Amino acid sequence: MKNTRIRVLVAKPGLDGHDRGAKVIARALRDAGMEVIYTGLRQTPEQIVETAIQEDVNVIGLSILSGAHMYLFPKIMELLTEKEATDIVVIAGGIIPTEDIMELKKIGIKEIFTPGTDTNKIVKFIKENVKIA
Amino acid sequence: MENAKSYWETNSLNKVLNKFPERKKTFVTGSNKEVNNLYDPLDLEDYDYLDDLGYPGEYPYTRGVQPTMYRGRLWTMRQYAGFGDAEESNKRYKYLLKNGQTGLSIAFDLPTQIGYDSDHPMAHGEVGKVGVAIDTLEDMEILFDGIPLDQVSTSMTINAPAAILLAMYTAIAEKQGIPASELNGTIQNDILKEYIARGTYIFPPLPSMRLITDIFDYCSQKLPKWNTISISGYHIREAGSTAIQEIAFTLANGIAYVDAAVKRGLDIDTFAPRLSFFFNAHNDLFEEVAKFRAARRLWAKIMKDRFGAKNPKSMMLRFHTQTAGCTLTAQQPDNNVVRVTIQALAAVLGGTQSLHTNSRDEALSLPSQKSVRIALRTQQIIGYESGVAETVDPMAGSYYLEKLTTEIEQGVKDYINQIDQLGGSPKAIEKGFIQREIQNSAYQYQKDIEDKKRIIVGVNKFQSEVEEPMKDLLKVKPEIEKRQVEKLKKVKEKRNEKVVRKNLMELKKIVSTEQNIMPAILDCVRSYATLGEICDKLREVFGEYKESIKI
Repeated sequence: MKNTRIRVLVAKPGLDGHDRGAKVIARALRDAGMEVIYTGLRQTPEQIVETAIQEDVNVIGLSILSGAHMYLFPKIMELLTEKEATDIVVIAGGIIPTEDIMELKKIGIKEIFTPGTDTNKIVKFIKENVKIA
Repeated sequence: MENAKSYWETNSLNKVLNKFPERKKTFVTGSNKEVNNLYDPLDLEDYDYLDDLGYPGEYPYTRGVQPTMYRGRLWTMRQYAGFGDAEESNKRYKYLLKNGQTGLSIAFDLPTQIGYDSDHPMAHGEVGKVGVAIDTLEDMEILFDGIPLDQVSTSMTINAPAAILLAMYTAIAEKQGIPASELNGTIQNDILKEYIARGTYIFPPLPSMRLITDIFDYCSQKLPKWNTISISGYHIREAGSTAIQEIAFTLANGIAYVDAAVKRGLDIDTFAPRLSFFFNAHNDLFEEVAKFRAARRLWAKIMKDRFGAKNPKSMMLRFHTQTAGCTLTAQQPDNNVVRVTIQALAAVLGGTQSLHTNSRDEALSLPSQKSVRIALRTQQIIGYESGVAETVDPMAGSYYLEKLTTEIEQGVKDYINQIDQLGGSPKAIEKGFIQREIQNSAYQYQKDIEDKKRIIVGVNKFQSEVEEPMKDLLKVKPEIEKRQVEKLKKVKEKRNEKVVRKNLMELKKIVSTEQNIMPAILDCVRSYATLGEICDKLREVFGEYKESIKI
C-alpha cells in the first residue's frame, strides 16, 4: 500500500550548528501531518541525497545560516540529478541574500524562505507542490 | 497600604476597566511570564535592601561587580568580527580600533572551530565564511600584525580547540616580546553549551572537560589575567530558550565546570576569579535587566554557599553581552537598529562588562562595514549621550524590576534543582532534558508569533508592501578558500617536518596521561603544526562526539 502522507527530510548541510529553525520547521511540518526525518548537524551533500533516496522522501528542506549555501546547495542538486531523483522537491531556508536566491532558483531549488517566514506558509507551499497518489 | 490599594481598585481602576477594557486579556514578558498591571511596595514585602541588593562591588553583587561601575570606566565596546582570511580580518580589526573600539573579538570560521584545516573535505564552501580561517601560527601572526598584544584585550570565540588557539596567541605574544602574564583576554572554551545549542563540538564530554580544566590550571599559573572560560547563555537563548532558562542552563554549566576543576584538585579561589560569562540581550527591557541582576546575585550565592569560595572575586559574575541575533528581521532591516538600541540599553542597565551590538543586516548576511559602524555608534550614544551610565544601577528600587529580579532568581533555582536531581548538567544534556526544554520554548515562541499573540513589527504587523533590498551586503570572496589552501601548503613546505612529527607524537603521548596538555600543544603550534593535525591527534585518543537527535 502506498503511503499517503508527505515525507520530508529536514537537513543541515555543512558545518553550521544553528538548528533552531530546522527543528521548529520539522515540528511544524509534523504537526501539519507530514512524516519528518531530521538529519542532525554536519551532513555532507552525499549523505543528504543518500538519506533522501533511502527514506523515499517527497521533499528535502535544507537549512543553512553559515553562508556556505552557494557551494553546498548546487552540489546537492547535482547529486540529485545524477541519481535521477529530481522528482524530490527541494526547498531551503536560512540566511540567504536575495541575489543568491535568484541563482539558487535557477538551479532547481523550488523556494527559499528567509527569517521571519510563517511556518503555515511553508506547509502550504509543500502541499501545493507535492502530489502524492 | 493594602486598604489604599483596594480603594484604588474599586474607585479608580475598575471604573475605567468597565468602560475601557485593557488591550489584552493577559500581559506577558518576552519569556511568557505574566505581568501584573502595577507593582508597588506590597510586591516587595519580604525584601531586604542589604541582603538582596547591598552596595555595588559587594556581596551579593546585585547592583554590579564594581563600586563605581560606568562612572569609573564605560563597558568595553567589543564588536565580534572576522571573515575571510587573516589579512582581511586584520584590516577590519584595525578599522574598529581606529573608530574607538576598545577590545577585539575574534570570529573564527567553522572549519577552525571544528578542528579541520582549510584543505579538509568537510571544509569546502565554509572557509572564511562566518569568521577568519586559522590553520597555523602563521595565520595568527598575520591576524595580529601591527596590533601590540599588551595593549588590547582579545576575546576569542573558540571552544573545542580553545587550547590550540590560546597556545597560538601566547606564541605570537612571545614573538612580540610580551610575556604571557601580561595578556588580557578571553577564550569561550564552553563546550557544554556546544552540545546544547551551538554545535561546534569535536570530542565527547569527558575528555572535553579535561581539556577545560587543563586550561584553568595552566592559566592560573602562566596567564593570570586571562579569562579562561566564557560560560555562555547567549547561544542557549538564540536557540529559543526563555530568559530564565538562559540563566538556569548557563549557571548549571558553570556549576559543572567548577565541580570538575575542584575534583581535579584545583583551589577554587585560584581559578574561579577568572571565570566569566556571556549573555544575550533580548527585546524585553525590564526582563533582561532583571535577568542580569538575578544572575549576578545567584552566582554569588552559589559560589559562596555551595562551593565555599572565600575570595570575593570568585563570587563576582562578570559578563559580556551580545544583543539578540534571533530578534533581527530580514524585513525592514533598518528597524533592527532600534531593536539593538533597546537591547544594548538593557545590557548597560544590567551592568555588563562588555558589549557587542549586532548590525542591522545580520538577518541577511555578514554585516557590512557601514552597518558595523552604526552598531558601534549605538553603544557610544548610550555611553556618552543617554545619561544611563552616570550613576550605578539606576533601575534599582523599581517595584517591578526588583520583583522580576526575585522571580527570575527563583525560577532559575528551581531549574538548577531539577538539573541537580538529574545528576548535573552533563547528565541532563545526555538525557536531552535541556535541549527539549529549549526546543519547546522555541516552538512556543514561533507559534505565538504566528497566532499574533506576539507582535514583531514588519513581520506579522505593519508589513511593507514593497521591501527595498539592503545594499552593500558583505560578500566573502570565493577565492579566499583557494588562497587559504595555497597558503597552508606553503607553510607545510617551509616548516621542519621532523620537528612537527616529533611534537605531534609527544602530544599524543601526553594526551593519554593525566598531565597538563598545554605545554605539548604550545610546542606543536610553535613548530607550525596545523590546527587540524593537532585536533586529529586528540581525536585519535578522545574519539568524536555524536549528537543524539530528537525533534
